[in-house]
Amino acid sequence: MPELAYRDALKEALKEEMARDPRVFLMGEEVARYNGAYKVSQGLLDAFGSARVVDAPISELGFAGLGVGAAMAGLRPVIEMMTWNFAILAMDQIVNNAAKLRHMSGGQLRCPIVFRGPGGAGGRLSSQHSQALEANYAHFPGLKVIAPGTPADAKGLLKSAIRDENPVVFIEAELLYGVRGEVPEGEYTIPIGKADLKREGGDVTLITWSRMVTACVLPAADALAQQGVHCDVIDLRTLKPFDHEAVAASVRKTNRVVIVEEGWPFASVGSELSDFIQRECFDDLDAPVKRVHGLEVNMAYAANLERAIQPSVERVIEGVNAVLYR
Amino acid sequence: MHGKELLLTMYRKMLLARRFEEKAGQAYGQKKIQGFCHLYIGQEAVVVGINEAIRPDDYVMTGYRDHVHPLVRGADAGMFMAELFGKDTGYSKGKGGSMHFFDVEHHFYGGYGIVGGQIPLAAGMAFASKYRGEDRITVCSFGDAAANQGAFHETFNMASKWKLPVLYVVENNKYGMGTDIARVSAEPDIHKRASAYNMRGVSVDGMDVLAVYDTVKDLAASIRAGQGPVLLEAYTYRFRGHSMSDAATYRSKDEVEQEKQRDPIGKLRALLLEKRYASEDQLDAIDAHEKKVVEDAIAFADQSPEPPLEDVWTHHFVEPGDADERPRARVRGATDVSWPAYPTTFEVTWDLEPREAPVAPLKQGAA
Ligand SMILES: Cc1ncc(C[n+]2csc(CCOP(=O)(O)OP(=O)(O)O)c2C)c(N)n1
Ligand SMILES: [Mg+2]
Repeated sequence: MPELAYRDALKEALKEEMARDPRVFLMGEEVARYNGAYKVSQGLLDAFGSARVVDAPISELGFAGLGVGAAMAGLRPVIEMMTWNFAILAMDQIVNNAAKLRHMSGGQLRCPIVFRGPGGAGGRLSSQHSQALEANYAHFPGLKVIAPGTPADAKGLLKSAIRDENPVVFIEAELLYGVRGEVPEGEYTIPIGKADLKREGGDVTLITWSRMVTACVLPAADALAQQGVHCDVIDLRTLKPFDHEAVAASVRKTNRVVIVEEGWPFASVGSELSDFIQRECFDDLDAPVKRVHGLEVNMAYAANLERAIQPSVERVIEGVNAVLYR
Repeated sequence: MHGKELLLTMYRKMLLARRFEEKAGQAYGQKKIQGFCHLYIGQEAVVVGINEAIRPDDYVMTGYRDHVHPLVRGADAGMFMAELFGKDTGYSKGKGGSMHFFDVEHHFYGGYGIVGGQIPLAAGMAFASKYRGEDRITVCSFGDAAANQGAFHETFNMASKWKLPVLYVVENNKYGMGTDIARVSAEPDIHKRASAYNMRGVSVDGMDVLAVYDTVKDLAASIRAGQGPVLLEAYTYRFRGHSMSDAATYRSKDEVEQEKQRDPIGKLRALLLEKRYASEDQLDAIDAHEKKVVEDAIAFADQSPEPPLEDVWTHHFVEPGDADERPRARVRGATDVSWPAYPTTFEVTWDLEPREAPVAPLKQGAA
């Protein structure tokens, strides 16, 4: 299989979907002539022209809402948020309009739109620019939330998101854009809502998504395997709806769970997962669900503080040891 | 009238700004500074012209291109360099970094990373001044591209309606990141938008420090006198890329070279010589002095320790009994730190609307 960087896998998805469907267009800050702040849209302006690859002013609320309107009127917008931190300005349109149009119209309208861009820490950017915000969007009925951790998943899931009939929040990882991985050749999609079992092992279930998959969890699982502890590693890929069966099946097998997320612990995807597990798999648990997450603080600029705030391989290993009572 | 002292002060401050930013750029290349780092090189006349025309106790705030605004107010260059280096001796103890400079001692209220985010804050600070009957004004800068944010429009409506004492300054450097402002703006001359809010909109050559100074002197007096907010557009130019990671391929070398001919520092130097306010040697000595200030700043930042790890837990909430941090006292042991006062007892004499609004008589029989 050929290797592609995460950003190029996303670009392929955009390119293929735009070639396939004239209703698909990309709008956002710096997406056209600058080729994207993170170069995800490199070359797309040349390929598709300025009506389909649109440089927007720095008006997040405005162009998010414009996208919603275009979706109501039959187009398939992909709205790029330069980062999800800035999408907070557009949250009103995403939440109060996109997520609710189907409902408010009693099924008369649909809103097939993708809001996409990088989330999570970017590297020495302090608090306003380093937030993992997926839980915010997962909270609202009417939105699907996807957070791929590999180039192959990024491509296959973005294609599915664009084809979906509903609003999709697609959160990429700023620190993954340059990371390469194998991507199948040719046309493929990955279904929304299906997890990927990255490693199989009978001792502990590790559940995670996005950058944490390769940055923390797989290295931790590999190190633990050396010590004879074998983990199931579940990459959720889609956070809402998440893959209930995959989670439950693994917990029934291992009886021990560690959830790893970059973001804050309060009212998070991890807390929802823990609730699901204690409800559905109560009798299967041999230890309380352990959660490894970003510290509940604002992100600092200083290098040492930034490192300390984020989950690490060491903290994942500690988590596994805790549920194994080792 | 522009006296010798004023011109020399401006010259010194523009050089401090320029040399600080040059060194910051170098340190970035050495990875001592990381993340996003937006330099102010080329735009110095805007900040310096404004600063000399307002009072030290006026409130000032800006976006993430924020290194220079506090420096010209008298901030400690070493402590801001330390902030850039992510050190314990920085103004924010290494928590904020390049985009979040804060020096409350010098009435510099930040350093905001979300484009346009400071615009409503400034209206609120001006509201507080007017509410308490103080005569200070708030000066809030932002970039040309920020004028396309909703916050700009929503805030101007309120600021104008309530005649808030705030001077908004668009530092129009022609680009929002890689996008020429004219490509995404129905009205790229931002100051003209003020009229939609019954607000004064004025423009000035932002490469001419005296023009900025004169304009702001007038505007500040009018705002202080209660005439309402003003939107001042300073046409300027950044000589470097948007941030350290921008190769700036969206503009031509010719354009940049042409703009460099308008370098505000060279222009003021020529004037100082022409007026015989200083000799070449004296001006060079000023430059050498500011270079030394910045070199010392780098040395200080280099030698400073990283913040302790426990610091990840601090400064998220005010805990009972917590005092506010006074960075210069903490780091330098300074005993002369004056702090803005926020009085808690005062009479509110300002009315947003007439106290006895005439009540329309009820119509007989109206439902
Ligand atoms: C709400 C928001 N959207 C996007 C960004 C990313 N961004 C940072 S600076 C910038 C350009 C702003 O340009 P301008 O307002 O003209 O200020 P300048 O950088 O030229 O001083 C952009 C798009 C951001 N920080 N905040
Ligand atoms: Mg600009």
